[in-house]
Amino acid sequence: MSDIVDAVRLALGLLLEFDASLRRIVILSLAVSLSASMAAAACGLPLGAALAVFRFRGRGLLILLANALLGLPPVVVGLVLYLLLSRSGPLGWLGILFTPVAMAVAQFLLALPIVVALSHRAMVGIWREYGDDLLVSGASRLRAIPHLLSIGRLSALTATLAGFGRAISEVGAILIVGGNIAGYTRTMTTAITLETGEGHLAFALALGLVLIAISIAVSAGAFAIEARVRGSRSQGTA
Amino acid sequence: MTSFRINNAALLGAVSLFAVAAASRGAAEPQVIVLASTTSVENSGLLAHILPQFTSETGITVHVVAQGTGQALATAAHGDADLVLVHDPAAEATFMAAGHGLTRTEIAWNDFVIVGPGADPAHIAGAHDVVAALKQIAAAKAPFVSRGDNSGTDALEKRLWKVAGLDPAASDGGWYRDIGGGMGAALNAAAAMGAYTLSDRGTWLSFGHKAGMQIEVEGDPRLLNRYDVILLNPQTHPQAKQVPAHRFADWLASPEGQAAIGGYTIAGQRLFHPEADAKP
Repeated sequence: MSDIVDAVRLALGLLLEFDASLRRIVILSLAVSLSASMAAAACGLPLGAALAVFRFRGRGLLILLANALLGLPPVVVGLVLYLLLSRSGPLGWLGILFTPVAMAVAQFLLALPIVVALSHRAMVGIWREYGDDLLVSGASRLRAIPHLLSIGRLSALTATLAGFGRAISEVGAILIVGGNIAGYTRTMTTAITLETGEGHLAFALALGLVLIAISIAVSAGAFAIEARVRGSRSQGTA
Repeated sequence: MTSFRINNAALLGAVSLFAVAAASRGAAEPQVIVLASTTSVENSGLLAHILPQFTSETGITVHVVAQGTGQALATAAHGDADLVLVHDPAAEATFMAAGHGLTRTEIAWNDFVIVGPGADPAHIAGAHDVVAALKQIAAAKAPFVSRGDNSGTDALEKRLWKVAGLDPAASDGGWYRDIGGGMGAALNAAAAMGAYTLSDRGTWLSFGHKAGMQIEVEGDPRLLNRYDVILLNPQTHPQAKQVPAHRFADWLASPEGQAAIGGYTIAGQRLFHPEADAKP
């Protein structure tokens, strides 16, 4: 119990002080996970919408795959990526093993199925409601996809944030492909793993609380931006 | 309008990916070497203590990937490190024999200890004969945590059981617990279960969650823990950055490097001895 009280006190201290090494860890965590989830959104949202709009062979299989991969084990993604990116692997010439880029790729792979599956689920309902209107107004199915995502942008945002949540909370994959190098590939989650290993349990938990605070801030920020965009748009049309 | 927004999202994603790539490239511009090392030298804080001095003297940044000795050697064998700092003489010999290594130099040593609960159910506290102590633990069926991760510490533990003529993994009663984790995980598990475990002294001294555990057995010459730095063979590993890796290995063995290693203390206790210090 005293460990938990210590952790809360330490976490508050860490947030107030926010020293250089913590800042570095937080910035790296955000840079890696935001780029991974943005890339997953850029690929996954159109894909999820396309799966709702188009009918083609293998569509059912893709949907099944996206849903099955929701439970993709990070450690397996890390291991496969390690074997691919290793100097002795097929993509070794890229030289990105043990760099933040490899970590972003790993998190992209983990976030993508979540964005696809969640956005597909939401877009199916919206397509059922608005699909005929969109097609009648002359748009092709392909052109209807951006409109669909615009109508369902809150769902798209939720799907993207779920992907971000998966990315920022993940440790198994980035530990393997990033190497947890101090000041270079050490993120919030790998630092927590390390501090636990060093027996600094209260400090590890404090880092965890900081991580949760930052995740909340990112979600709040995303919803605030969405609300502002909506606000300015309704002003524009008024 | 909407399609622009989607494109913006894609653009933002691409830009931030490039930003990460640029950031990592920018950091990689000065000379950077990857050192595959063991958790004991990283978790004990030794490398964080000595690396800034090396970097300020040479401008070479050392990226430490801390793994168990088995995994660290595998990382180097895959070609993903520029040099190795490990502590398992038997595994190192195999690595050298396979042609991966060029030179292997001892740069530091300390010792292993058996730590356990203050209650000491196997009555081994104060003993100096590690093999006899292990026999007593087995006879008492007192909980014992094994790393089980093919690390240097794990390899020594397995050898000591063999010397004791015991095969604890095959014995029943559930007292021998293979946790498959690092030194810190093993110490956390031992603290939680009131179990004994074998630890290197450096990790033990710096470990922050001792929870009533104490050193039970120390001072047996068989508990010697030597750390070797291994340079990679340029013939089998042409991509290894030989020049900066050589400089780092030479520095570790130099008077400055040895002084830095010997100068690392926690609460007045030295965690690693320079190579030249007299061994027990």
